Order: sequence, then structure tokens, then C-alpha cells
Amino acid sequence: MSSVRLLVGTKKGAFVLTADGKRKDWTISQPHFAGWELYHLKGSPIDPDRLYASQCSGWFGQQIQRSDDGGLTWNPAGNTFTYHGIPGTHQWYDGTAHPWEFKRVWHLEPSLTDPDTVFAGVEDAALFKSTDAGNTWAELSGLRTNATAAGWMPGAGGMCLHTIILDKQNPDRIVIAISAAGCFRSDDAGLTWKPINKGLWSKYIPNPTAEVGHCVHHVAMNPARPDTLFMQKHWDVMRSDDAGDNWTKISGNLPTDFGFVIDTHAHQPETVYVVPIKSDAEHFPLDGQLKVFRSRSGGNEWEPLTHGLPQQNCYVNVLRDAMSVDSLDDCGIYFGTTGGQVYCSPDGGDTWSAITHDLPAVLSIEAQTLG
Amino acid sequence: MRVELPPHLRQLAHIPGHEVELHLTAPVTIAAVIDALEAQYPALRGTVRDYTTGKRRDFLRFFACQEDISLQPLDASLPSRVADGSEPLLIIAGIAGG
Repeated sequence: MSSVRLLVGTKKGAFVLTADGKRKDWTISQPHFAGWELYHLKGSPIDPDRLYASQCSGWFGQQIQRSDDGGLTWNPAGNTFTYHGIPGTHQWYDGTAHPWEFKRVWHLEPSLTDPDTVFAGVEDAALFKSTDAGNTWAELSGLRTNATAAGWMPGAGGMCLHTIILDKQNPDRIVIAISAAGCFRSDDAGLTWKPINKGLWSKYIPNPTAEVGHCVHHVAMNPARPDTLFMQKHWDVMRSDDAGDNWTKISGNLPTDFGFVIDTHAHQPETVYVVPIKSDAEHFPLDGQLKVFRSRSGGNEWEPLTHGLPQQNCYVNVLRDAMSVDSLDDCGIYFGTTGGQVYCSPDGGDTWSAITHDLPAVLSIEAQTLG
Repeated sequence: MRVELPPHLRQLAHIPGHEVELHLTAPVTIAAVIDALEAQYPALRGTVRDYTTGKRRDFLRFFACQEDISLQPLDASLPSRVADGSEPLLIIAGIAGG
């Protein structure tokens, strides 16, 4: 029988949550790496027991951990992330030039074809690749040496490369997103890159339609339709049907289109999920009511999903990597909150229940469908 | 010589107990201790001294014989009682944040 494993990264450790295909009764592991921040964990689609984890700390820096048994045991991998060549500078908050400095790994994206190959999106924004199971890392420096890079500026959370999308149908294509530079695409396996932000409009930059400078919070793709991308920007929910070359706004009837997460249904490429957050100043749900919104039409028309979610006095946030879906026939949707709740919908969003209420603040969730 | 490590680093390197023993030849400096520590426990590489800047991480302090020696150069010799193992070198993680 199929089962689901959730890899949950939190402010104070990682947790592995498991359930059978009914997704009703869950087992929650003891904390892994207790006391450390786990920005992201993800498993290889080729070997689901091969997991990678980004473990970091303001005291002790960055670690990468690897598991070969589905998260039962872990071993440190390589933690040297050295920018290629002379790193140069990007813009700092005050407009001055600031040297590129490695701070942490925000996102790990295992290869779709090789369990030993994994990509890392880091702060200050750059993309690294390992082909030896995370032991050594080399920068794909064509991104950071892109002609626009000297003008990139950090968002409030730092200048992080937080989204990496691989395309099974086109192995040379990689889409990434950076706060607050925007989206970029490579069509030659990471050698060269171009900004793909046409159609974005951001009122907080001098030129709202600039080529770069947009605070993209997250991007999602359904693997069955790789040219269609969905974006949760700082404000605005967007879509592209040409792999990011052009974007159109699909916020439609959302009560607020600020937010962090966005994801697609595993089997319905036009079904999209977001969690609207009140505003950039107030990072919690509107009116204290936690609502996932679903569009079955690829955007514009959204329906609130509330059954089982708190509808009063709820003031948590849902961070950019904290939503995931499984690929069981009845697609499961999961998200975690800064209040430590992990919610599960085993029926595509119609009904929700909390797997747990009491984890540390959730930074990321990845669902693995097993068996 | 003996080095006492903060709990997070003992957990990271799977070190039982509070202290590790290192065997160094003179001169015994903080830099030499960190080199030996990283050689014996590769998981600790970069955790005490940033591998890019070569500097002590901001929230860590070094104590020896009840003195804070954090601001001494990394190549300064440690007190003889630390070098000969009578006293441990304490690597302390500053208590900050939540």
C-alpha cells in the first residue's frame, strides 16, 4: 500500500512525519538536528530514501546532511560553498555595492535522474551543484555573473535563491527565483541565464516593470506541463505559459494577493493553491481566518478552502517552502505554519486536519509518495 | 590537550561527553587546536572558524584558565596549563536569541 512521508524543516530541527495512504494516522519522529534551523529537506525522486537537508545556525554556520535510509540516520556531507572566481558585489539595502557573502542554503533540489546530483540555492543568491551526493559543491556561476547581477538587492529576508525548478522533459532547463531579483531561466543546464520577469509589476521599485528587482516569493510547476509556471510574488499571483518569458496576473477574486506559498495539484495542472496573507506589513491571514484558496481554472477564479482550518484568532504565517503535495490518486495537500502546525488535506483541499499543532515554526515541507 | 565543545557541535560530530582530547605539538595555538579539531572531526569544519574569512564565528568565545581569550590572535600560544591538558580550552556558544 502506498504511504506518504513528510520532511518538515523547522526553526529548531527536522521532523519526519509518516502515514499510510489514508493519511489519517501519522507518526511523528523525534527531532533531528535539535536546536538547528532546517531550512529545507528534500528526497531524490530516483531513490526516495536518499534525502538531503540544509542545516544551519547563526552560531555555527551551514551544514548539509544526507540520509540513505529515508531519514532514520543522517551523516554530514560537504559544507563548503565557495563562489567561483572573484565574487564581486551586489547592491546593499542602502544602494551601496556589497560583496557577495555566503550565508546559508535555502533550498535543495535533487536531480530528476541521478540521486547523487543535487542543486543548492543559497544566500547571497547563487546556485551550486553537487554530483557526489553533496560532498563537494561547485557554483554554476553563469547566474551570478549575469549582466544584471550587480544590481540585485536583498529582500527583507536576505538575498536568497529559494526556488529551483527542474524540467524532466527538458533536462537542460532550470528555472530559479531570487528575492528580490526575480526569476531567471537557463536553457543550457545552468551555463547561461536570462531574467524572465516580463509582465511583473512591482510598485516598490523605481521602475515597476524593471527587468530585475522583483520580489518573487515562490514559483510552482506541474511536471506534466512544464511551460506553465505559477508565481506568488510579494504582491500578485501570476502565471506564465511560455516558461517564464511572459507573465500575466491571475489574482482575480483573491481577498489579498500577498503571500508566500504556491503549489499545483499533482494530477490537475490547472489546479493551483495559495494561502493569502493580509499584507507585507502584517504577515498573518486576513481577519484571523486561515484559508487556502484553490483555483481549478489556472487562476483568476479562486475558492476558499476552510473546512478544518481555524477560522478565528489565527495569526500565523505560511512560509515560501512550506507547502507540498503528494501524488496519490486523491492528491494530498500539506502546509506548515510559523505557529508549528502542519495541516493535511487528503482530498485535494476539500477538508483539512492538523497532523500536529506543536512543532517549532515550520520553514519547509516536502511530501514524498512511497510505494 | 582537552577541548570542551558546545552541545550543538558535540551533537553534530556525534561526540559523547563534554570534552574531546587532541594531541598537538608545540606551539599550541587556537588555530592549531581548530586545525586538529577539524582533522579529527571533519563535520566540525567551518563551525568554529569561518572557512571563508578564517575568523572566529561571532557568537563563539574561547576561554582558557578562566580568561576570555577570544580576542587574542588565533596564532597566539595557549596557556601552558591548557597546552598540557591540565585545563580544558572552552569553546563557548554565546547565549543569544531565542
